[in-house]
Amino acid sequence: MKKNNEKRNLISIEVLGLILGLLWISPFYLMLVNAFKTKRDIFTGVLGLPEEWITENFVEAFIDLEFLKSLFNSTLITGLSVAIIILFSSMAGYALARNKSKLSGFMFFTFVAAMLIPFQSVMIPLVALFGQADMLNAGGLIFMYLGFGCSLSIFLYHGAMTGVSKSMDEAAIIDGANRFQLFWFIIFPLLKPISVTVGILNVIWIWNDYLLPSLVLSESNATIPLKMFFFFGQYTKQWHLALAGLTIAIIPVIIGYFFAQKQIIQGVSEGAVK
Amino acid sequence: MKNKSLAFWLFLTPVILGLGIVVVIPFIYGFIYSFTDWNGIRATAFIGLENYISLFQEDEFMNSIWFTTKFAFVAVILLNIFGLGLALIVTRNLKSSSLLRTVFFMPNLIGGLILGFIWQFIFISVFGDIGNLTGIEGFNGWLSTANTGFWGIVILTCWQMAGYIMIIYIAYLENIPKDLIEAAKIDGASAFQRFKNITFPLVAPAFTISMFLTLSMAFKIYDQNLSLTNGGPANQTQMVAMEIVNTAFSDNDMAYAQAKAVIFFLIVSVVALTQVYYNKKREVEM
Repeated sequence: MKKNNEKRNLISIEVLGLILGLLWISPFYLMLVNAFKTKRDIFTGVLGLPEEWITENFVEAFIDLEFLKSLFNSTLITGLSVAIIILFSSMAGYALARNKSKLSGFMFFTFVAAMLIPFQSVMIPLVALFGQADMLNAGGLIFMYLGFGCSLSIFLYHGAMTGVSKSMDEAAIIDGANRFQLFWFIIFPLLKPISVTVGILNVIWIWNDYLLPSLVLSESNATIPLKMFFFFGQYTKQWHLALAGLTIAIIPVIIGYFFAQKQIIQGVSEGAVK
Repeated sequence: MKNKSLAFWLFLTPVILGLGIVVVIPFIYGFIYSFTDWNGIRATAFIGLENYISLFQEDEFMNSIWFTTKFAFVAVILLNIFGLGLALIVTRNLKSSSLLRTVFFMPNLIGGLILGFIWQFIFISVFGDIGNLTGIEGFNGWLSTANTGFWGIVILTCWQMAGYIMIIYIAYLENIPKDLIEAAKIDGASAFQRFKNITFPLVAPAFTISMFLTLSMAFKIYDQNLSLTNGGPANQTQMVAMEIVNTAFSDNDMAYAQAKAVIFFLIVSVVALTQVYYNKKREVEM
């Protein structure tokens, strides 16, 4: 009797979950279905399926978004930024964790405290400063991402260093390795799990960032969100094209999610809980 | 590694330069500039608190602070309810558990700008069609009043972030020993009692984390605001972050915008520090 009750309970929870799940993906469903409609078809109604499935919208949006170019820009900027964040933050996290002086503690505190500063509080002088140095370009942007991204990353690496025994350092030094060899060949490989977490968190943030690139990059080297903003402004009231463009912009993320789902969810969870 | 060792400093130089040039120096400069008539290139005079006095008298700015506070309050409550609710569902032994996790988390990976555009379509066209079909007036013109615009941003944010908060709660829920729940069941505790006396206290640290995250995220929101309502109608749904961006880069009033940015920093840090302090205290007491 009791067992039956529990089973019925579980089934109703499952039904509730599935209803919520459908609700959750419905915006994507509506976007996708309507991206296949003609302008007139959308005007008649957005709730049903297309009268006739057309693919011209995607072709036009793909061309107007200069999608391959924006994809390349996004990939290059995200890839380089994340690579230098991982490299330099892991080095710093290691150095700060292995030095127990007051100075080191103070520097660690400064990096963590900097996380409190919201982007908008430094944005205006930052853009002015980089403008004067003629650095409002992709290179400058990547350097900015290092500055904004290193705090959390150092914090995570610093935490992970507690799991790396000091005898590793000593043994390598006795064997005649210098600090850089020691770090690069012994310590860095041991930090691989946290590097995955740091990488994932920074990729999600930088790939989707809009405001900073909009202040730094010109339209000719726009990333996907930036290009999407211009594109959308151009096609207000032309939902068939706007929706096709949005669909295209999302595809790289969905592909990434499909292949690295487990690592992404685990990485996000670790980044938040620590 | 000693302070004096060259390696120590070489390891730290890149991030010191990064944080210094990108965050610390602009932060200090910004603070100083907010007391001047800086126009983005040069400042000619110290004008004391003039910028600060005028921003407190500006309706649009005060409105944006009030709007953001209201939003943060509602978003924190709803996000935690949804996040915990979804986590409680997917941690049950369901056939669709992992599929549902994937689905609930998905909006998180896509930028707020793109999601805002998708929801603009939902609120304008889909809601419009539902309104016409059912004849319910309430579905029409969702982004054209301040009140429905507010709820529009709330719905968008909940849909986007609930999966993230869910992940945090899952991490804690899965750490609860199964035998504890079983023992309580055998002792005849009801589902509600089990939740109140076992699950809830053990998940308490997750509240600290997710309230801290949702609150600071809610105050700093920009992309969603820009792409969903763009502050409209008549700047009534403009949040603080957007207010600062527009004052600086549309009105070109740099020093004044920077004064707003300093106030914004103070609000965000006071909220964050209070939150951390309060939650740490409560955890210890429990």
